[in-house]
Amino acid sequence: MSDNDIEKRVRNKVVEHLGVEEEKVTENASFIDDLGADSLDTVELVMAFEEEFGIEIPDDAAENIQTFGDAVSYIKQAV
Amino acid sequence: MFDLTGKAALVTGASGGLGADIARALHESGATVGLSGTREDPLRALAEELGERAHVLPCNLGDSEALKALPKQAVEAMGSLDILVNNAGITRDQLMLRMSDDDWQAVLDVNLGAVAKLSQAVLRSMMKAKWGRIVNISSVVGAIGNPGQANYAAAKAGMVGFSKSLAQEVASRGITVNCVAPGFIATAMTDKLTDDQKTQLLNKIPVGRMGEADEVAAAVVYLASREASYVTGTTLHVNGGMAML
Repeated sequence: MSDNDIEKRVRNKVVEHLGVEEEKVTENASFIDDLGADSLDTVELVMAFEEEFGIEIPDDAAENIQTFGDAVSYIKQAV
Repeated sequence: MFDLTGKAALVTGASGGLGADIARALHESGATVGLSGTREDPLRALAEELGERAHVLPCNLGDSEALKALPKQAVEAMGSLDILVNNAGITRDQLMLRMSDDDWQAVLDVNLGAVAKLSQAVLRSMMKAKWGRIVNISSVVGAIGNPGQANYAAAKAGMVGFSKSLAQEVASRGITVNCVAPGFIATAMTDKLTDDQKTQLLNKIPVGRMGEADEVAAAVVYLASREASYVTGTTLHVNGGMAML
């Protein structure tokens, strides 16, 4: 899986779950502050990532995934 | 009454009188039921009585490994888990002056700790499904207290606060969390009361009799139904009027 591919799939999941426009999902976009997620949304997003990539994201790692960039870099090293 | 066709329900403490009737009522309403409890024989007997759509899932909730495994086993057996009824409960009655640490801890662990852990374990799949029902069986004793039951009352009252908090966390995902608080119901647990205790009790119950397990089960079926989707964080008291809360 290429890095670009991962980025694209993560972005798709974010767009799908949070109902935001693709352009808003930038490297530093915070799920809560910029993309309108509540705390439960962030939990659901992590669940969606786990499913999409067939990985398990432990709770302490999930807590550090605050932005789109965080998610992408975590998943890159996890897959 | 209410139609639960296509829903899968896990009932803990289904080997006891109240749990068995709750499972019967959910099953009668069309749900697939997972029967959990410590004693396998009564669970098997109940599953045989119910026929199709009934699965035996023995579990000692005092055993943390078994507790963790239970929701997964339920999903494997039933395909999904839409309704969780935390009914299992134990008593270790003793005046507080004499209560051992063990008596306190065992009752808190099973009656409250297991409720939290099981609820937590089922949330994921309920959130994905955007639908779920958690019904916790509390007790009138949690609301008004009872001498000799400080441990039990603490656990049952704790369940109410727990349910209200969880209800607020997951309400936006179509998941409701409620309690049913039975008064004195004719089960093995109340059979242990002496005649004197029973007479005294009945004097306090306006309806003039003990409740029946199926009267509690009906409240559970309601809270588990689609029709109860706007009811969350509440406690439905089924006590013959002995405490009007």
